[in-house]
Amino acid sequence: MPDIVMDNSEIDLIDPEKWDMIIGPQRNLLDLRLQELWHARDLVLLFVRRDFVSIYKQTILGPLWYLIQPLLTTIVFTVVFGNIAKLPTDGLPSFLFYMSGTLIFTYFASSLSKTSETFANNAHLFGKVYFPRLAVPVSILISNLIAFVIQFGFFLAFIGYFYLRGTSIHMNWWVLFTPVLLLMMAGLGLGFGIIVSSLTTKYRDLRFLVQFGVQLLQYVTPVIYPLSAMSPKYQALIRLNPLTSVVEAFRYAYLGSGSVNMVQLGYTFFIMLIAITIGVVIFNRVEATFMDTV
Amino acid sequence: MTRTAIRFEKISKAYRLGQISSGTLSNDIKAWWAKKRGRPNPLLKIGQEEHGNQEGDILWALKDVSFSIGEGAVLGIIGRNGAGKSTLLKLLSRVTAPTDGYIKVKGRIASLLEVGTGFHPELTGRENIYLNGAILGMKRVEIDRKFDEILDFSEVEQFIDTPVKRYSSGMYVRLAFAVAAHLEPEILVVDEVLAVGDAEFQKKSLGKMGDVAQQGRTVLFVSHNMSSILRLTHEAIVLEKGCVVKRGPSSEAVDYYLSAGNSRAGERIWEDEEVPADAAPFRPLGVRICDKSGTVVETIRSIEPFSIEVEYRLSAPLTGLRIGVYIGTARGEYVLTSFDTDDEHRFEKHGVRPAGHYVSRCVIPPDLLNGGRYFLGVNASSYRVRRYFMDEQALTFNVNSSGAPGKQWIEARPGLIRPRLDWKIETR
Repeated sequence: MPDIVMDNSEIDLIDPEKWDMIIGPQRNLLDLRLQELWHARDLVLLFVRRDFVSIYKQTILGPLWYLIQPLLTTIVFTVVFGNIAKLPTDGLPSFLFYMSGTLIFTYFASSLSKTSETFANNAHLFGKVYFPRLAVPVSILISNLIAFVIQFGFFLAFIGYFYLRGTSIHMNWWVLFTPVLLLMMAGLGLGFGIIVSSLTTKYRDLRFLVQFGVQLLQYVTPVIYPLSAMSPKYQALIRLNPLTSVVEAFRYAYLGSGSVNMVQLGYTFFIMLIAITIGVVIFNRVEATFMDTV
Repeated sequence: MTRTAIRFEKISKAYRLGQISSGTLSNDIKAWWAKKRGRPNPLLKIGQEEHGNQEGDILWALKDVSFSIGEGAVLGIIGRNGAGKSTLLKLLSRVTAPTDGYIKVKGRIASLLEVGTGFHPELTGRENIYLNGAILGMKRVEIDRKFDEILDFSEVEQFIDTPVKRYSSGMYVRLAFAVAAHLEPEILVVDEVLAVGDAEFQKKSLGKMGDVAQQGRTVLFVSHNMSSILRLTHEAIVLEKGCVVKRGPSSEAVDYYLSAGNSRAGERIWEDEEVPADAAPFRPLGVRICDKSGTVVETIRSIEPFSIEVEYRLSAPLTGLRIGVYIGTARGEYVLTSFDTDDEHRFEKHGVRPAGHYVSRCVIPPDLLNGGRYFLGVNASSYRVRRYFMDEQALTFNVNSSGAPGKQWIEARPGLIRPRLDWKIETR
């Protein structure tokens, strides 16, 4: 049974023997080797578990931090942008408005910043043993998804609370579109994350750029303001950001304000595909010789 | 005819020496832009030459290595530091890709370059068994099946639900090795991970290795320890400067290794590329064996004293440095270990050694070693702080026992030492 076959295109076909694995200089750069990743699914799940358990061991509040983080961010935004700066929120309670934006944006932001450290944080492990390297970023996406689901439940509870108090909230069938929105966020986070992580093996300064780039990105994404509040000139600019359509659609689905723009979503999907393609190419290149450069 | 399990086909691996890039994107862009306009690189110091991908910057860790291993064979790989052993292992473990050539493999391969890879200190022993097992390529069900066996082997049952950061280093290593020992690949690639744990556990580990070999699996074993090479492998290859220079039955290969590659008989000189970068600020220069007149010799007489000189340079002051020598037999048994600051007063006097050029010299008294072939090892370390450098087989030398006590009987005397004992024969 061939367990793993890697790039055997150049190998002389005269060789009569049947090999299970051929290790060569450069593999097909576009090959994601998903089958190999599938074989390593137990490993991916154990990585998820490790991240989950190890982060909150020796903390007092433990997994409650998953709720405290978005809650505090939302409160601060509500006070600063809603009450002090009085930014418009499309007629929605500012608390729900900011929470929806923060939630979906954070999923992207934390996926990006964590996957961008794949090589840097696992140098030792990668130097000693082979396993499909994509297992690491994929496990990060899953860990973040779990965190998102917890926070999402929290968000639904708040929606229920506001609804019972008589606020008009128009949740609609677009909620069924949520998995697609999440998939796009995950894809964008993974794509850009592995690009950055591959480049940081050579250029350490990119790490700082990412940390603060993500913060700035939040301001060109309609997280703290609705897209409709912008002048058409700025709207066009903000629409260039692939995250815009996802945040807007998410808000529309659950709160009934915002917009679902299929062209925009298509654009986001296209950017995601490009990011993943470039990411995989660079990742495959770096993966093969990464250990020689650190 | 036995089937081939692994075949190396013209494998080469190049490393680029020195700085790979300036390390920051902006500097690389500056350098690229300057090059584009035909200007000199602004980041180079004046007078410094541009050296891009010239041959001089490239180190071939392995060059055109071809060999194959039959199914069920146990092959040892020996060679000095920098000979390409670890590169070969890394390629086979797929940690890094070859520059050229192919390695073809039949069957599942597991490599142990280290035990406990991926252990997380906050996780319990149980969780780490699963995590480590999965990293090494085991499936969850497989680990479930072998869990009790692993636990039993590791001898840490009571602490299995304690985070491993609370383990003693011995327990940690035992648990880690236990997981590794229960991998069931068709091909096992092992680095010197056996040199872990206490003597008792080492014995157990070696036993386990022997079992693996007995079960008809293919084993590649890399070690500095000639006695475990001899014990565990039937056949060995010797690597030298990235090439296979000898392949043969283990005993022949070991003999070849122990007697070849010295700078000259009785002396070993280290060139820059042979010294690992992490040895700094310690830089070994050479080690030599001199007879009583001070001449460098390869063969000494057992009835005369001889001296061992270790020459080295320090580029920065070192605290608590000790230079050690080992003498061992060609079969890998140690005869003695001695450090230049063994003497308490000397230890205090040389607490801090300033930067400079040194020779540590000691005299081995006459009538100590039995006739035969010995190796000399060198070690430079600060106790419990750091080991700067180590070459366990820096050179080999012969001891000629002519004139030694008991030479009137021409027979080989068992034993490592041949002291002149003061016998009294009395009548009662």
